[in-house]
Amino acid sequence: MERLRKYGFVAAFLAVPVALYSVFVISPYIQAFQISLTDWNGYKSRLHYIGLDNFTRLFGDEVFWRALRNHGILLLVLPLVTVVIALFFAFLLNLGGGTRGAGMKGIWGSRFYRVVFFFPQVLAVAVVGVLFKAVYRPDESGVINGALVKLGLDPVGWLVEPNLALWAILAVMIWQAVGFYVVLFSAGMAAIPKDYFEAAALDGAGRARLFFSITLPLLRDTIQVGWVYLGIAAFDGFALILVLAGDKGEPDGATTVLPVEIWKTAFTYSKVGYASAMGVVLFFLTVTFAVLTLRTTRRERIEL
Amino acid sequence: MASTSSDTATSRPAGMSRPATTPRPARPRPGVLGGLSHLALFIWALLIILPLLWTFLASFKSNTEIFGDALQLPGQLRLDAWGRAWDKAHVGQYMLNTVIVVFFSTLGTMLFGSMAAYVLARYQFFGNRVIYYFFVAGMAFPIFLALGPLFFVVLQFGLLNSHIGLVLVYIAYSLPFTVFFLAAFFRTLPDTVAEAAAIDGASHTRTFFQIMLPMAKPGLISITIFNVLGQWNQYLLPLVLLTDDKDKWVITQGIADISTIAGYEADWPSLFAALSMAIIPVMIVYIIFQRQIQSGLGAGALK
Repeated sequence: MERLRKYGFVAAFLAVPVALYSVFVISPYIQAFQISLTDWNGYKSRLHYIGLDNFTRLFGDEVFWRALRNHGILLLVLPLVTVVIALFFAFLLNLGGGTRGAGMKGIWGSRFYRVVFFFPQVLAVAVVGVLFKAVYRPDESGVINGALVKLGLDPVGWLVEPNLALWAILAVMIWQAVGFYVVLFSAGMAAIPKDYFEAAALDGAGRARLFFSITLPLLRDTIQVGWVYLGIAAFDGFALILVLAGDKGEPDGATTVLPVEIWKTAFTYSKVGYASAMGVVLFFLTVTFAVLTLRTTRRERIEL
Repeated sequence: MASTSSDTATSRPAGMSRPATTPRPARPRPGVLGGLSHLALFIWALLIILPLLWTFLASFKSNTEIFGDALQLPGQLRLDAWGRAWDKAHVGQYMLNTVIVVFFSTLGTMLFGSMAAYVLARYQFFGNRVIYYFFVAGMAFPIFLALGPLFFVVLQFGLLNSHIGLVLVYIAYSLPFTVFFLAAFFRTLPDTVAEAAAIDGASHTRTFFQIMLPMAKPGLISITIFNVLGQWNQYLLPLVLLTDDKDKWVITQGIADISTIAGYEADWPSLFAALSMAIIPVMIVYIIFQRQIQSGLGAGALK
């Protein structure tokens, strides 16, 4: 009787979540793999399998390679720059005040900075995109160009120059991300026992030495997590690029990424099969990245 | 800026006179370095505050002012753009829609997520591991992979362009992380309390709602914040699932749309007013709950 009650309870609690999850998450994912092998346009009632044609076509598609190149740039720059800036700030905020009295202190005003730095993280990416579209306006009505003109320089077409647009968008991504990683790394630094720093400071280690010899090695796991998160973010970028650069990745595809192409191919061009093939490629790229990062950076844990 | 660096310069020597804990003579600590650290932090803070402040100020400007010198203050305090953004550009409607959708989807996510996590974490039964990994696997898939098929699944259920459809989809896509996080949390709770409740004759359901949930409060708060923010900021899913019916749009869609419209209707002040309206409530909530939000999101990432 009690066993029956237990199983009844388990089944009742799992029924709704499992049903919702299966219908709206798992089934679309499975269908995506299936549809990627067809030329389905969303209306035909029967699936027509065309083997790997979508993938062959995709690998000959210039836009696909351009999107991939952009992901490559994002993947190299976004994690690196964000992690470096965030580590620097986190270190200053937590330990930059030097040894005073009982332990290491943060720099003066660190609480204020932490609150301000983190704020962009809670703003919607779409809202941030619209905001920066105004900031980046190509004439003096944009904030940056307004300042440049004031200084007697020529305005720069941040989002118009093909060689500049992706970097301008990347800057917004970094702008939004840094605060989160400052908080993440700060939490990691707070977990490092204070005596380590005090002992090192007693031995005459400077701030740079403290950072490279104590903070960095002990923060390795946290940094690795951050790196994976940022890398996965580099395979997204949808909302920001759609708002800042439009669905063609203006100027002239220079900023396009796979998510934007998937969305456009599926819903503007109704090529659901082709779009799903892109989705499959994106999936394998993301998973490969995550596994590679976790594998290559794995190492003996340092026990605190 | 000058005042900050001079603050550091004057506060340094006080910090330098090391207390008795250090036997060594105070190492000369370069005040320049401290000043530069402050400068770096200060500049980054400005980089964040200025664009937001500028947006806010631009909502009081006229069109001519907006297209003139960007760094000028508004000539007078014009409030009409705020009214236009609220009514004509439907920001009020979009906000209300977002609040409704996020309220129900977060509620549903927390209810179903904690139910599933609890059962998976604390009950032994056949298939437990399989169902757990079935949920957790969802975290590895990019949502873009499912985009096309998801549209047609929602269409088949007749839930396209409806808030119910969006709420259900939000719940479904928030489950993997919520279950993963909360299962880890429920596992850490002591068995004794639940056993005592069972001996006193409490049913499984009652034990869950009246004993285990209150004990899991810290974990629930973190993951609730995580879900509210994620769902409030969602842009892709509404873009796909609520395309046609403008009355049902959420705020992110609305703002992106106003940005496009502002181009040909030449009503830039109301774009900035709309932006401010989207930012200010979030800012107020953030300032009130910033501790919980920071630790909530941080805990979420580290699990």
